Amino acid sequence: MNLLDVEDLWVRFPTSSGVFDAVRGISFSLGRERLGIVGESGSGKSMTGRAILQLIRPPGRIEAKRIDLQGKPLLNASDKEMRAVRGSRISMVMQDPKFSLNPVMTVGDQIIEAYRLHNKASRRDARARAIEMLEAVSIRNPERVLRAYPHEVSGGMGQRIMIAMMMIPNPQILIADEPTSALDVSVQGQVLGIMNQLVQDRGMGLIFISHDLNLVAEFCDRVLIMYAGRIVEVCEADKLHEAKHPYTQGLLNSLPRLDEPKDRLEALVRDPEWRQQPSVSGLL
Amino acid sequence: MALAEKQAKGRVSPPFPRWMRTTATTLASVAFTMLGLLFITFIIGRVMPIDPVLAVVGERASQETYDAAYEAMGLDKPLLVQFGYYIWDVLHGDFGDSLLTARPVSEDIARVFPATFELATLGTLIGIFAGVPLGVMAAVHRGSWIDQIARVVALVGYSMPVFWMGLMGLLVFYGILGWVAGPGRVSIFYEGMVPTVTGMMLVDAALDGNWTVFRDAFSHIILPASILGYYSLAYISRMTRSFMLEQLSAEYITTARVKGMSERAVIWGHAFRNIRVQLITVFALSYANLLEGSVLTEIIFSWPGIGSYITTALLSADMNAVLGGTVVVGLVFILLNIFCDLLYKVLDPRAR
Repeated sequence: MNLLDVEDLWVRFPTSSGVFDAVRGISFSLGRERLGIVGESGSGKSMTGRAILQLIRPPGRIEAKRIDLQGKPLLNASDKEMRAVRGSRISMVMQDPKFSLNPVMTVGDQIIEAYRLHNKASRRDARARAIEMLEAVSIRNPERVLRAYPHEVSGGMGQRIMIAMMMIPNPQILIADEPTSALDVSVQGQVLGIMNQLVQDRGMGLIFISHDLNLVAEFCDRVLIMYAGRIVEVCEADKLHEAKHPYTQGLLNSLPRLDEPKDRLEALVRDPEWRQQPSVSGLL
Repeated sequence: MALAEKQAKGRVSPPFPRWMRTTATTLASVAFTMLGLLFITFIIGRVMPIDPVLAVVGERASQETYDAAYEAMGLDKPLLVQFGYYIWDVLHGDFGDSLLTARPVSEDIARVFPATFELATLGTLIGIFAGVPLGVMAAVHRGSWIDQIARVVALVGYSMPVFWMGLMGLLVFYGILGWVAGPGRVSIFYEGMVPTVTGMMLVDAALDGNWTVFRDAFSHIILPASILGYYSLAYISRMTRSFMLEQLSAEYITTARVKGMSERAVIWGHAFRNIRVQLITVFALSYANLLEGSVLTEIIFSWPGIGSYITTALLSADMNAVLGGTVVVGLVFILLNIFCDLLYKVLDPRAR
């Protein structure tokens, strides 16, 4: 059974000049795999991630034929049911640990809180679990880091803390929304490696949202390419260079390559036709 | 200094522990600010077109008496020496005698300041405990009817003159409904029944265990305190709302929701924690404002506080009383600021 099935998902924002559709009827599934979602800013990729967790802020609305988590419908779940799903079954790592960690709480308090929300455990046991989890994300001095505040740790360490915090309740799905975009190139690989290891070991599904085509091609199993709120192409990650859609080709051609140096990179010319094309299904 | 040198210096352990150095710096800054304040009040005392000698000896004194008093007050000495005397006197709690009451100014202030302190503290507490939840609710339910009501409540607080509110309050709650007692701190019948310890009626009555007097004093203070509290509420609730809105759109709030926290825990456990430092500043400003003595409120409610004391003194050119009062109010401001600085460090790990 798929971990997640999403069919005909819309995210709509009513504005004073009519309804704006950020996501326009996309369908996809997630198995025990690493699914990449790529697209430019405003293509609706982040909104898709947040819509799965039903964290679109009002007045934004989520509409869909179905959003099923392991066959059970999430779409009409109550607030309370959704809270039980968030964190414990679907979790999310966000872009910049500088902003996604609470600045006035210690790292330890934040991780322990994440664990105890879904597990009946004493503070002591939760602390022990937090230390194990920090070790799992290669933090050498977990006792000290537990007592530290977010501003006292580096960006790379912050993101590893974030991963530890989101993995501690043992979710089945992790949504990683540009998890390495705010990090130095030198630590990006390390953070991705740790995340990959945990996802593989636990047999989880990963939705990896990024604007970085190369990264997604290397890191994921399957890729959805989004444009203007729709999926324009679905392909296996290792066959990304064979992509047929002109948008995907344009994106690939606009990247510099070491093995084929060019004097001038191609600029992407957008065809207004693309907006109107029907969304490609990513269902399994 | 070169970086290596700095690092080398950092390794040498300092001669005193950190808390000692912090305390010493704080005390030094208090002393320095206080000196500045005294300098200003001293200058004001000298440049005012009021002859301090005449004020003491009276208009009909002979030239000899005048000269003798002039010398006795040290006015023939250089200004710097006079300033030295002034600081010496103030350090001994001597602000001179008040012309109006013919008593030492320090005694007067010891009588009027607790009255203001009591009223301002209760008013600020009312403002905080009503204003903060109102502001938080308005931010959380932005644009809803709760937000609209909070907006109107604050607008009325901002724009209604305090004397009108005071008069209407007295008319309705004292005159018509009779729920509270009228002007003054305590009914005449109870005056002087409890020994003065702190000068604050509620505290003194409680210390004495005299709950009849306590109830009577509470019935007197609650209306003016509520009115002052309403004005702080207007300010506090608006500031709380805007601080909360800023935090609620922060990314760590999304993190908390992703964890599966309830909305209430997200608001109070995460967002509110982050506005505490900003709120402390707002509370302090609003408290300091009331501690200066709200003159109009004190006059309407015949409240013998420092606001009406300084105002009366100023109108009758009683400079010793005015300057003494100013120094006390200034000192309160300085102490309040230090208290806030300490609280910042407790509440915000980044300020440590």
